[in-house]
Amino acid sequence: MNDAAVPTATRLNRRSFLLASAGLAVAVGFARVRGARAQEASRIAPNAWIVIDSKGYVNIVSPAAEMGQGAMTALPALVAEDLDADWRSVRVVQAPSDPRRYGNPRLGGLMLTGGSRTLQGYYELLRLAGAHARFVLLRAVANEWAVPTDELMTDSGAVVHRPTNRHIGYGEIAKFATVPSSLRPLGAADLKPLNKCNFIGRKLERLDIPAKLNGTAKFGIDTQVRDLHFGAVLRAPIAGPGMEPGAIDDAAARNVPGVTAIVPLSYGVGIVATTVEATIKSRAALKVDWRGAPKAGQYDSDKVLAEFAAVAEDIGKAGVTFHASGDAAAAIAAAAKTVSATYLNDHVYHATMEPMNATAVVEHDRAELWVPTQSPSWAMAAVAEALQLRTEQVSIHTTYLGGGFGRRSEWDFVVDAALLARAAGKPVKVIWTREDDVTHDKYRPLVAQHLTAGLDAGGAVVGWRHRIVSDSITARIFPKQFRPDANDGSVSEGAVSTYDVGDQLQQWVRQDRGIDVGYWRAVGPGYTRFAAESFVDEVAKAKNVDPLAFRLSLLRDERARNVIETAANMAVWHKPHDERALGLAYSAGWETHVATVAEVSLDRESGQIRVHRVWAAVDAGIAVQPQIVEAQIEGAVVHGTGQALFERISLQGGRVEQSNFHDYRVIRMAEAPEVHVQVLQSAHPPGGIGEVGLPPVAPAIANAVARLAGVRLRHLPMTPERVKAALRA
Amino acid sequence: MISVVVNGKPVNVSAEPDTPLLWVLREHLKLTGTKFGCGVAQCGACTVHLDGQPARSCSVPLSAAVGKKITTIEGLPPELAEPLRKAWVAEQVPQCGYCQSGQIMQAAALLHGKSRPSRDQIVAHMNGNICRCGTYGRILRAVEKAAGEVHR
Repeated sequence: MNDAAVPTATRLNRRSFLLASAGLAVAVGFARVRGARAQEASRIAPNAWIVIDSKGYVNIVSPAAEMGQGAMTALPALVAEDLDADWRSVRVVQAPSDPRRYGNPRLGGLMLTGGSRTLQGYYELLRLAGAHARFVLLRAVANEWAVPTDELMTDSGAVVHRPTNRHIGYGEIAKFATVPSSLRPLGAADLKPLNKCNFIGRKLERLDIPAKLNGTAKFGIDTQVRDLHFGAVLRAPIAGPGMEPGAIDDAAARNVPGVTAIVPLSYGVGIVATTVEATIKSRAALKVDWRGAPKAGQYDSDKVLAEFAAVAEDIGKAGVTFHASGDAAAAIAAAAKTVSATYLNDHVYHATMEPMNATAVVEHDRAELWVPTQSPSWAMAAVAEALQLRTEQVSIHTTYLGGGFGRRSEWDFVVDAALLARAAGKPVKVIWTREDDVTHDKYRPLVAQHLTAGLDAGGAVVGWRHRIVSDSITARIFPKQFRPDANDGSVSEGAVSTYDVGDQLQQWVRQDRGIDVGYWRAVGPGYTRFAAESFVDEVAKAKNVDPLAFRLSLLRDERARNVIETAANMAVWHKPHDERALGLAYSAGWETHVATVAEVSLDRESGQIRVHRVWAAVDAGIAVQPQIVEAQIEGAVVHGTGQALFERISLQGGRVEQSNFHDYRVIRMAEAPEVHVQVLQSAHPPGGIGEVGLPPVAPAIANAVARLAGVRLRHLPMTPERVKAALRA
Repeated sequence: MISVVVNGKPVNVSAEPDTPLLWVLREHLKLTGTKFGCGVAQCGACTVHLDGQPARSCSVPLSAAVGKKITTIEGLPPELAEPLRKAWVAEQVPQCGYCQSGQIMQAAALLHGKSRPSRDQIVAHMNGNICRCGTYGRILRAVEKAAGEVHR
C-alpha cells in the first residue's frame, strides 16, 4: 500500500472519535430501514453507517446523491470492503438529511454532492466505518465464544475461529452483539492493503441499474404522497433577480378545473391544482404585470461578450490576481517573441433530463421534502429560511437524481415546493416545465479570456499570463460572505498552468451584469482548459513543434506525462489520418489527470465539425470502481463534445432566446463520437471523476481542427457559422 | 370517465380528453416509469408504445389513445423486456437512468419490427432519444446485443 493512500494520524484520531460517538443513535433512512437503536433484539448498528440484521443483510448508508456517477455503489463498497461483508448481502440506504453525521469532510461537513469531492471526502471515513464495525463483530464473537480476538478472522460476511475453523455469519452475530462504548482508535493498519481488497479496484455491477430498467427507480418527480397536489410557478421574463409580480389577473387561471390556489410570491406567481395538467393550463391563462428594473434588463449576450473581451485584452484592468509566480509581466515585456489570443464562450444550460422538481409536506412546525438534490444541506437551510423554521425542523429525502451537473445544488425549485405547500395547506409537488428549466437556469458563465506567452530568443517559454473576465458564481450564491477583492475559485479554476512555462500571472476581472450564473459540470475548467490547452497548441505552432512533444517537454509530473503518452499511443498520434486530424489536450483537476485525443473531420461547405473517435487516458489514483471511472469519462467526452459544438444560451434584453430541445441543441446518438478510455490505476488517493473528463474535449477538438484546416477556433460553441467565418478569414 | 387499455388492462380515467397521455400514466395511474422530459416530443423520455409503435406520450392527447393498446415500461412484454434488460445490465448502460425507460421502449419497438438492424438503422431509430449522461455508445452496443438475443 502506498503511503499516500494511508490516512494521517491526526485525521484518524478525529475520525475514530466520530465513529465512536456516532454509535449510540444510528440514524437510518426514509426507505428500507426503520429507525434502529444501537441494539435491538435482531439487529446491530455498530456506527452511523451500518445496520446488520439477523438475516445477515448489511444495510449501508450512502451519504452522497446518486446522479449517475455511481456513488451508491462505490461508497457502500468502501464500507463493505473493510467490514469484509458479502457483497450480495449489502443493501444501500440513502442517508437522511443529517449533515452532522453524513456531511462530507472535504466540503466543510456539508451534505453536498459536487465539486468532484465525494470519493475524496468519504474514502477514508467509510473504510474506517467498515473496519470499526468489523472490530465490533470480532469482539462480540470473542466474548461469546470466550476465545482471544486474535484467533478470529473474517471471511466475506462471517467470523471464523482459526484454530477450530468454527464459522458464524454476521446475521447470527447481530442477534447477540453489543456495541462497546469505546474501541481503541483505528488506524491505517486496520484497513486492508489494496492488494487484499475484494471490492476496491474490482468490477461491481452498479446497484442502481436494475431499477432504472423497469420503471421502478424513484426519481424526485416520481414522488407520491397522500393527498398530493401539484404546483407550478410563473417566473419573471427577464433573467436574474429584480422583478416581482405587480397586478395579477388570475380570473381565467382560477377557473381552470382543478385549480385550488393562486399564490403570489415575491419572485413569481404560484399555482396549486389537483392535477399537473391543470397547473399547465392555469399558468397559460395567468396575466401578470411584472414590476422592477432588473439589472439584466439590457443584457445582450453577444454584446456583453464583446465587452468582456475588451476588458480581458486591457491588461491595465488588473482585477484579482489569484496566482502569480515570478514576474510574468516583466518576462513577457522582455521576451523576444510573444503570442496572444482571446478565447470566448457563450452561456450553457444544464439540461438535466429530469426537470427541476420537489415535493413538500409542510406543517406548522416542520417540513418534509422529497427532492432530487445535490445538496440536502443547502436545501434545508433555504427551506428553513423561506418558512421561518429552524433547520432541524426541515428534513429532506434525497431521491435519485435525473442528472445533476451542478444545477441540483441550487434550491430555487425546492423553495417553490415549500412555499406552495404552506400556502395551499396541502402536500405539493412542483414540476418545472422544460421551458421553465431552460429559461430560469443558473447558466455557466459567459467568459472572455486573454492569454499571452513570452518566448525568449531560444524559443523557450519564459512568461505566461492568463486573464479571465466573467460574472461570479460564488458572489451570487453567497453575497454576504463573498469579499469584493476575493477570487471566485469556481470560475477561475483550471487556469494555473502545470506546464513549465516560466513566470506566471493569473487574473480574474469580475463583472456583475445581473445574470444568475452557476455551477456546471467542471464549471471553470470547462472553459479555462479550453483556452489554456488551445493556447498551448498555438504556442507550439508558433514554435513550429509537434504539440505532443511540446507538452512533454514542459511537463515533469509523471502522472501527467503518463496519461498524455498513453492517450497519444491509443490514438496512434503520429499516424496520418486521411481527411481527418487528431488534436490533443490535457487536464488535471480534482486530483485526477486526463489526456484526450479527438479525431475530427470538417465539412468545409457546411462548416460542420464531425468528431469521429476520442481516446482518453485517466489516472484517478486508486480507481475504486474502474468501470465507473470509464463510464464517467465516456459520458463526459460525449457531453463535452456537445458542449464544444452545439450548446449555447443567448439572451436579448435579458430574455433567454432558447426554450426547449428544439433550439437548445444537445448531442444525440448520431453525433456522438466513439469513445475509448483507458483507466490507469495508481496508488494515489482517489481523485474526483464526475467532471474531469469534460474540460479536455473542446480544446482537443479545436486543436484537431487547427491541424486539419489551419484555422483556430476560439469561441465555444464551435458552430458551423463560426467555423465558416474562421475559414473565410 | 375515459376508458383506455394500459398494459393489457382496461382502466377508467377521470381526465380531460386533451390531457397529455404522459400525465395520465404518471399521475392518474401512478405508472411513473414513463418520464417527463420536454413536453414537446423532442427528447424521447416519455416514449410508450401505441399498438406496438413508439409514441411520445407527452404529445399524445388522452383522446387519441382511446382504442389503442398502450404499453409502458412497466408492461413491456418479457420476450422484449428480458433481452433488453439483460443487454443493458451487461453493458452497464445507465448513469442517472432518467432517460432509460424511453430508450428501452424506443429500442423495443425497433427489435419488435426488425430482425437484425444495422448499426446505422439503430442510430437512425434511436436518434430522437436524448441521453444527457452520454451513454449513447453503450445503448448502441446493448441494442445490438439484445437484437441478437431476440431474434436468435
